[in-house]
Amino acid sequence: MEDSLAVALAKGGDGDAYRLLVERYSRGVFRLAYRMMGNEQDAEDVVQETFLRAYRHLGRWDGRSSFETWIYRIAANYSLDLLRVRKRTSVTSAEGDHPCFGPGPDRLLHSREVQRQVAATLETCSEMERTAFVLRHFEGQSIEEIGVALGVSANSTKQSIFRAVHKLRRALEPLVNHP
Amino acid sequence: MIDHPNEEQLVLYYYGESAESAEHLAACENCRESYQALQRVLNTVDSFPVPEREEGYEARVWDELKGQLQPLRPWYRRWPTWRPVAMATAMAAMLLAAFFAGRTTKRPALAETVQLRERVLLVALGAHLERTRMWLVEFSNARPRDGRLDIGWEQGVAESLLEENRLYRQTAASNGDYAVTALLEELERVMVEVAHSPTSMPERQWEELRQRIEERSLLFKVNVFRSQFENREAGRSTTL
Repeated sequence: MEDSLAVALAKGGDGDAYRLLVERYSRGVFRLAYRMMGNEQDAEDVVQETFLRAYRHLGRWDGRSSFETWIYRIAANYSLDLLRVRKRTSVTSAEGDHPCFGPGPDRLLHSREVQRQVAATLETCSEMERTAFVLRHFEGQSIEEIGVALGVSANSTKQSIFRAVHKLRRALEPLVNHP
Repeated sequence: MIDHPNEEQLVLYYYGESAESAEHLAACENCRESYQALQRVLNTVDSFPVPEREEGYEARVWDELKGQLQPLRPWYRRWPTWRPVAMATAMAAMLLAAFFAGRTTKRPALAETVQLRERVLLVALGAHLERTRMWLVEFSNARPRDGRLDIGWEQGVAESLLEENRLYRQTAASNGDYAVTALLEELERVMVEVAHSPTSMPERQWEELRQRIEERSLLFKVNVFRSQFENREAGRSTTL
């Protein structure tokens, strides 16, 4: 069943149609939320809240963007709000709970250090830098789409991405280009 | 002088947002090396791991979610979206009817046309104020959680009310009805602020707005004007 049909049915009160959308996109939303939040618990909360908000506002999806893009926008915006709240209320660990994967002891150590640096650098980015970068780098959304989703200009989105890339480059270059 | 691409242009090229640097990179070894260094860094970021979800994760998400989903109201009961349209259509139809009545009947129909037009306006404005009253009550009685308030519903209504409100304010201003114009102006400021706020409104901002609504007695004024319109309309009904 196509997303547009599932949305139309869900709007008419068909719970199974909405279930289909939840099952289709929950893993993707989790991946995005995890990259934004850096820990599983917050990412799980984002998944729940995203599908709850999407359900309440199904009438606002006009089909101009894909349902997937629309739901990722909701997830990104909610994560952004949550990051702002977290920043004000708690001190987060730079290491988060990022698990480490990879074969071989040397490569494992190196890969672990790289992953730790990526996580730590993303922690140092502002919420806007992190959101714009995650949407551009991992979700493949265009700068224009990200600007619309976050309610900022394309130029401001671009600058946020440049700053995030610059920080990552400074942190990772010694490990990646001169290991 | 050769213009070498800077880091920002290379980033745009990496993400396929601009092809400007392609030709230069093909010809300039230094820039190509610089681009490859950037490429290595950004490719490494892809290794940022995301923990795999267990099998049946999707079903678990749904199980946790389904109890929280309130049944959606069918489209014809969602007044924020269709009622203004229906109202505008009804108004337009009645005004057209009045216009054509004026064109196709003899002179005395002109007075009736004006009366009819005023009556339509009174009914429509009364209905608009009733919807605004309901919206103000909902907004003022909302309960923020964890220092924030989800105003998704209120925003949707504010956007739809805003359009109508502007129309009525302009009409009232052109008719020289200054009291109604002032009230609609005040309401418009609140509607604009709600419509342009983040969906998750900080509790402090909500509290400020709520206080403003209270201090300016907006609900009271809306009620007074609404009942005045109803009385005037009732008075006209008996004479028409």
